[in-house]
Amino acid sequence: MKKIEFTLNGALRQFDIEPDETLIDLLRRIGLTGTKRGCDTGMCGSCAVVMDGRAVNACILFAFQAAGRTIDTIEGVGDFDQPHPLQVAMADAGAVQCGFCTPGIVMTAKALLDEKPDADEEDFRQHLDGNLCRCTGYVKIKEALLSCSANATASGEAS
Amino acid sequence: MSKRKFKVVNQPLRKIDSLSLALGKPAYVGDLKPADALIIKMLGSPHAHARIKSIDVSAAEAMPGVHAVLYHGNVPRIVHTTAGQGFPEPSPYDTFMFDNKMRFVGDRVAAVAAETEKIALAALKAIQVEYEVLEPVFRIQDAMKDGAPVIHDEPEAKAVIPVPYEPARNMAAKVDMEIGDMEKGLAEADETVDHPFYNHYAQHCPVEPHVSMAWLDREDRIIITTSTQVPFHCRRIVAQTLGIPVQRIRVIKPRIGGGFGAKQEIVLEDVVAMMALRTKRPVYWEYTREEEFVASRTRHPMLMRLRMGAKKDGTITAVGLDATSNTGWNGSQGLTVVCNSGSKMLPLYRCDNIHFLGMAVYTNLPAGGAYRGYGATQAAFAYESAMDELAEKIGMDPLEFRAKNHIKSGETSPVFRALGEGSEGVDQVITSCELARCIKAGAKEIGWRKRKPHTAKKGRYRRGLGMACLMQGSAIPEIDMGAATLKMNEDGSFNLLMGATDLGTGSDTVLAQIAAEQLGTTLDKIIVYSSDTDMTPFDVGAYASSTTYLSGQAVQNVAQKVRKQILKVGADMMDCKVKELTIEDSVVVRKDGSEQVTFSEIALYSMYTANQFQIGDISSKIVHHSPPPFAAHFAEVEVDTLTGQVRVVKYVAAADCGTPIHPKLAEGQVEGAVMNGICYALTEEYLFNDKGRMVNPNFGDYKLYTLSDLPEMKTILVPSYEKTGPYGAKSVAEIGINGPLPAIGNAIYNACGVRLRTGPFTAEKIWRSLQAGGEIPFEEGH
Repeated sequence: MKKIEFTLNGALRQFDIEPDETLIDLLRRIGLTGTKRGCDTGMCGSCAVVMDGRAVNACILFAFQAAGRTIDTIEGVGDFDQPHPLQVAMADAGAVQCGFCTPGIVMTAKALLDEKPDADEEDFRQHLDGNLCRCTGYVKIKEALLSCSANATASGEAS
Repeated sequence: MSKRKFKVVNQPLRKIDSLSLALGKPAYVGDLKPADALIIKMLGSPHAHARIKSIDVSAAEAMPGVHAVLYHGNVPRIVHTTAGQGFPEPSPYDTFMFDNKMRFVGDRVAAVAAETEKIALAALKAIQVEYEVLEPVFRIQDAMKDGAPVIHDEPEAKAVIPVPYEPARNMAAKVDMEIGDMEKGLAEADETVDHPFYNHYAQHCPVEPHVSMAWLDREDRIIITTSTQVPFHCRRIVAQTLGIPVQRIRVIKPRIGGGFGAKQEIVLEDVVAMMALRTKRPVYWEYTREEEFVASRTRHPMLMRLRMGAKKDGTITAVGLDATSNTGWNGSQGLTVVCNSGSKMLPLYRCDNIHFLGMAVYTNLPAGGAYRGYGATQAAFAYESAMDELAEKIGMDPLEFRAKNHIKSGETSPVFRALGEGSEGVDQVITSCELARCIKAGAKEIGWRKRKPHTAKKGRYRRGLGMACLMQGSAIPEIDMGAATLKMNEDGSFNLLMGATDLGTGSDTVLAQIAAEQLGTTLDKIIVYSSDTDMTPFDVGAYASSTTYLSGQAVQNVAQKVRKQILKVGADMMDCKVKELTIEDSVVVRKDGSEQVTFSEIALYSMYTANQFQIGDISSKIVHHSPPPFAAHFAEVEVDTLTGQVRVVKYVAAADCGTPIHPKLAEGQVEGAVMNGICYALTEEYLFNDKGRMVNPNFGDYKLYTLSDLPEMKTILVPSYEKTGPYGAKSVAEIGINGPLPAIGNAIYNACGVRLRTGPFTAEKIWRSLQAGGEIPFEEGH
């Protein structure tokens, strides 16, 4: 066992971890099950969380790699009383079918929008390249994400 | 066209579970795992075909933290099918919980339940197995040869309905149907085509792999929480496989992370139930992605021969389709998938002389199962490619050729009666078909009029247009049943309890819309609880494009009954006749406007005041028709003739699904299916080594498209009104996946004169075909 400390969804927390424990295993073990396991090899994006402002796959990071950093998970992004605009947009666009990939997509898109609020379609295409969705064909996801860009909102192209 | 204005149905409402899922709330099996659950891991066979000579699990059993090891020597040997289908199943009984014979690389050898995954994996390594390696067989053509290795030589293997089944010849299913005289029809034709096609292996790739858990409750009942499309079939088959009463099992389906047919199958549940009994602890089993590829289920690969003849005027004189599927190591859904290759495509065009020969053949490769499209995908590739080739031969535009021949409202096809689910089918007259409008709308959107023959194209990058027409069904008539319970609460809300299984499609929302529309209330007043064998009435589950059409009618019926009860109580309260009343927005009003009572007042009155009773009811539904949805798909592609790389520039899907109950979700069904079909056409492929081991069971080497690959995609819903369906609805879930393979294949031909008969359409195949002057020799792929 090893003790590590990092900022999780805005609060500094301490955890006892196994040296080979992955970040996804730690998160799910402490009840943050919004981070989903789809492949365990960093190829589907369902476990995307935001580390120091960048979207990363929690299944291919060791928990100790989070030490001293800032980790944001889907649970820290919004809740029923105050959902994040991306979460509302995904729901309203019909971009949530089975919903298993949705937290990873929200986290990845959030990392992009936090850095570049006026992200355009090409930005989303590049940044979401690691997120698989088998249900939607991405059409509604694209609509939802674009509607959250300051760019789209300003020009009234959100749809 | 819609025949009436709706208030809840056909409205742009939010899918009821979408926000909670976007918030990441615990919803799926894995999110609900008890902290003290034992972890199950399975030892997979290293050989494609082998017999276990000896197995020693004692070292594994003795390891600290290991609670049980299951293998063929210590579990019941009860033959069954893993296919989640109606009873008795049309799939052969050819599977055991564990067997001493291995039939594919990854077959179940032994399962361990341990305190941690690490311990379980270490225990697998401690299991000593000695195999007698047998000669494997991988290809359809090899499996059918005299003297081929027999995969199911166990005496128990049998068909449980009267259908041909010859395991000694590796034949898992056979169906033969002729209408008119195909040979005579071919002889009468001015032009004919006769070509082989091969549909390759593919997996559903739900982002959530198969996952199940089980524990014993205080009454010693087994509670199984599982990612399944068929909770009631699951309960029945697990009871059968363990040799225990159905009564002792409760199956709960929470949210599912996608299924697409893969979860219409009992893949994990028998083992988690057995482990719960053995260990008396909660147990949890989640497939790895590799196991999902190899040991769950796949699309049935199919070898086809398509013969067709037509007159110069475009009259189709004969169609012959021979379809032989590779059903892999077990025969799950083998018969019905291949039947659907005939029944879901052959009625599409009018023809008096039709022959269909379907077979399913065992091999030592992963098992086929239900996969969105269910045989129609495979047949659409062959049929719609051949339609293009025949159109060219008779000198007709392929679009005109289809428009001239496709089935229309008021017409029937002899195929409907001749071909069902392993037996005769059910006659039906088409009562809604807007395929003509789908073709027109799609052609306009893709710019069909500017289409030129490939011979007119030059340069390195060449664009082409292709199209395909499609149909499917809506539920299995006279077989499938769905039921729903509805009860009213004192605030005017309702509990809707259904066996119907939402696997991510949004059926909970669609069915709640139907209930709300019928009741005269709003969507937010319906509390949906579905798919729990203790709590909800029966439903066959989510397959065969059935839920909206079949379960939707059960919901509509129960809501109609409850509506009558509400009106009756309202009439008592207002001392008037029911016929003087109507319902507007959760309020029962006198038509003359003189008086009204709210739903809440009615519920409170019925619970507490007078003539008390629970407002509520239950309804069941079986259907007598399976009205097909129709679609016309159009693809524009660009082929790089230097490299053979093909890119989909634009894809248009025009679909007639009757009334779209939830238009955004209906579009989403089309778009998701089309994207899945595009990946199937272009990139998805199982690669096996010569020992039968899949060498690319991961998302790095098995390519699914992401947002970055999304072509311009346009979905056009062309509404019709299906009078037998709930509010005019038909199905929409499966049909979309059938289009891309033929539409893109036809577009590639139109771009550069290359005709591909084996998917996927890789750069290598296109380049080799270009070098060969248009076509490479046909071979059965994987």
